[in-house]
Amino acid sequence: MRLPATRLLSACLFSAAAFSAVPALAATIHMIPQGDLKILDPIQNPSYITRNHGYMIYDTLFSQNAKGEVKPQMVDTWKVSADQKTWTFTLRSGLKWSDGTPVTAADCVASLKRWGAKDVSGRLLFAAVGEIKAIDAASFAIVLKAPFGPVLEMLGKPSSNVPFMMPERVAATDPNEQIKDTTGSGPFVFKRDEWVPGSKVVYVKNPHYLPRQEPADGLAGGKVVKVDRVEWNYIPDQNTALTAFRNGEMDVYELPPADFITPLAGDASVKLATDNLGNQGWLRPNHLAAPFDNPKARQALYYLVNQDEYLAAAGFPQDYRHKTCTAYFMCGSVNETAAGATPYAAGQNLAKAKQLLQEAGYKGEKIVVLAPSEPPVQAAAAMVTIQNLKKIGVNVEAQAMDWSTLLARRSKKEGWHIFHTFSVGADVFSPAVNAYAQANCDKAPSGWPCDARLEELRAAWVAEGDATKRKAITDELQTRMYEVVPYVNFGQFFQPMAYRSNLSGVLNVGVPVMWNIEKK
Amino acid sequence: MNYLIKRILAVIPVLAVVAVIVFLLLHLSPGDPAVIIAGDTASAADIEHIRHTLGLDRPLPEQFAGWLGQVLQGNLGVSVFTGLPVAEMIAQRVEPTLWVSALTMLFAVVFALPMGILAAWKAGTWVDRLISGLAVAAFSLPVFVIGYGLVYGFSTTLGWFPVQGFKSLSEGFVPFIRHLALPVVSGGLIYMALLARMTRSTMLEVLGEDYIRTARAKGLSSRRLLLRHALKNAAVPIVTTIGLGIAMLLSGVIVTESVFAIPGIGRLTVDSILRRDYPVIQGIVLVTAAAYVAINLVTDLLYGLFDPRIRY
Repeated sequence: MRLPATRLLSACLFSAAAFSAVPALAATIHMIPQGDLKILDPIQNPSYITRNHGYMIYDTLFSQNAKGEVKPQMVDTWKVSADQKTWTFTLRSGLKWSDGTPVTAADCVASLKRWGAKDVSGRLLFAAVGEIKAIDAASFAIVLKAPFGPVLEMLGKPSSNVPFMMPERVAATDPNEQIKDTTGSGPFVFKRDEWVPGSKVVYVKNPHYLPRQEPADGLAGGKVVKVDRVEWNYIPDQNTALTAFRNGEMDVYELPPADFITPLAGDASVKLATDNLGNQGWLRPNHLAAPFDNPKARQALYYLVNQDEYLAAAGFPQDYRHKTCTAYFMCGSVNETAAGATPYAAGQNLAKAKQLLQEAGYKGEKIVVLAPSEPPVQAAAAMVTIQNLKKIGVNVEAQAMDWSTLLARRSKKEGWHIFHTFSVGADVFSPAVNAYAQANCDKAPSGWPCDARLEELRAAWVAEGDATKRKAITDELQTRMYEVVPYVNFGQFFQPMAYRSNLSGVLNVGVPVMWNIEKK
Repeated sequence: MNYLIKRILAVIPVLAVVAVIVFLLLHLSPGDPAVIIAGDTASAADIEHIRHTLGLDRPLPEQFAGWLGQVLQGNLGVSVFTGLPVAEMIAQRVEPTLWVSALTMLFAVVFALPMGILAAWKAGTWVDRLISGLAVAAFSLPVFVIGYGLVYGFSTTLGWFPVQGFKSLSEGFVPFIRHLALPVVSGGLIYMALLARMTRSTMLEVLGEDYIRTARAKGLSSRRLLLRHALKNAAVPIVTTIGLGIAMLLSGVIVTESVFAIPGIGRLTVDSILRRDYPVIQGIVLVTAAAYVAINLVTDLLYGLFDPRIRY
């Protein structure tokens, strides 16, 4: 019998591979992460790749389930005093760090303090905290100066910065310095000896992890690990990444670019997972640079935007674009409201945009738009804004640059007028977590909105425990946001995670968590 | 020996100039690692705090002196992002780059020398035209086009080779070679073409010399004539081209590394530049500059081996 040459060579290569020195690891998940993990500290650095690393190796006191409800995770029981000022938490028994030592309340207190010094919502919470102390090895208390509505929501915050628990010795690190010790109490252990920054991150099952008994539900429930090892294989070239994924070399493709969604959706061996909220795109004006120091000029930007135009330019198929969304705190979230949005509900109105700019005193000065070459969503959004500004006769200067240069440029208060970015819904859905809704002048992120009334409303929102009253404040707050325009929402979109169909138990939570997954 | 010592001592001012230029270029170009570390939602105070902890708020001469002091003690510093020693990060990446470069050059030399010699020997015939045509085609195709083409043919369609990645030799020879086959061929074709053309033209020149005619008249076999008399005398420009090729490979391998996701020095360089990881970029440039100087030195020493008239 004669074998065709290709089959013969193929047989030789693969049979030889079977005798190679590398043992086959059937229970290894290979994932193409969204970026290169270069910083290991999820408190110092809020990037999503570092947050995802945090979910692998750390645990949280509370977590959100698939419905967005906050459920206990490391906490066993908790109680709140009648005056709503003292919150006492007791940890589950048997919790251990990955080095085998027990998790204590003192560890949690130190971790919360570090998080509270860094995170947007953590700072809000800690502004209301009078004292936080360990009562004994398993219990600690947060004593508030005044009632604070969303205590549990803050402790169960699902996205950056997530209040991950770390050993006290690690949490003692200055929040602006990177931690050096990656001991955690999460479901996996980080293999520092196998870490090749820019290429590979390896996690193995944490033998000391004690999952909850409830089934996994969103980020809550039992984080039962069903594989031995997870490898993040960073592939910078997206064409190579797609080919490797479709070739079966990779099991999970965390964030395929928008233009790959359609071919992946048509592949029977691939499944797509999308979270409920998706992402929100932001056009951020510089509130310190004329004409955008005038609210009318910022309102003009709203009339400039056709959300569908932006999302189409970014390459998202129709099914992955939300219909026009005017809610600052995400359509589909508990804080969705249409308050204040009526003037803009009709969509793009270039004549009105031009009129408002003139009323703001714009006389043809150069408007600098920071135009990144990547990431693709931000790059496409910048191009659409530039085009629309030109349509209404604005003297636009598009300054092309890489993303790192853009970050440096936008951190300076002069020399630019507009940049674009986006955030996941979990970082936008409430006034407490939405960093770009801050209007506290110099303390706000680049753009520096400054409005005392908006800050009063944010403070009132977090102080309110009653859901009905909080809804009323949300309406008032969003109405004020439409007047001040801290940023312009250029559209809500969904970026799915792709995984191969031999995986089961994948959780659609917007974070590529690797517990509960089985690989056949 | 004196020549060798002089050449090694000459490395010091070269590296010093490189160090100053790179340091200044990096710190004067736009970008700030503190902004990247602080993240999307950071306030100006957060960024300033991180800049302070990294020492980036110190005057440039002070930063340079600090870095130079470390380098003189053999310490290339620590990445501002990963917290890993720069030397360790470079060491992690040396093996893939060396293997890709070495095997690429080996592939190029093994195919290019016979092709060039044959083309010169059969000059003006269809063999010469075929080889020259293939060389022009290989020289004209960008590495990434060849790479994607090979991946489509041999990975996606035939399934013979993996699409991406690198396996160390210590993980087994077969996985090692399977992961390197496509990168080596796609990166090597251009050098093969360059070397084949250079070999052809140099051999043509040598084959026209009087001593070759004399040797031929003495009845020397074609093999002996080509390999012993012609090739040895044509070797100096060929060795120069190989030396230049190795130097070009070290900087050009980034395309191969990107297309095939090989974690080599090239990708580390680009990643570090994109995130403004100053200590890593400075370390890579120093190490690369030293490697260039070493390659040039070896090339120069090899001249003497092929041409006894060249003595230092």
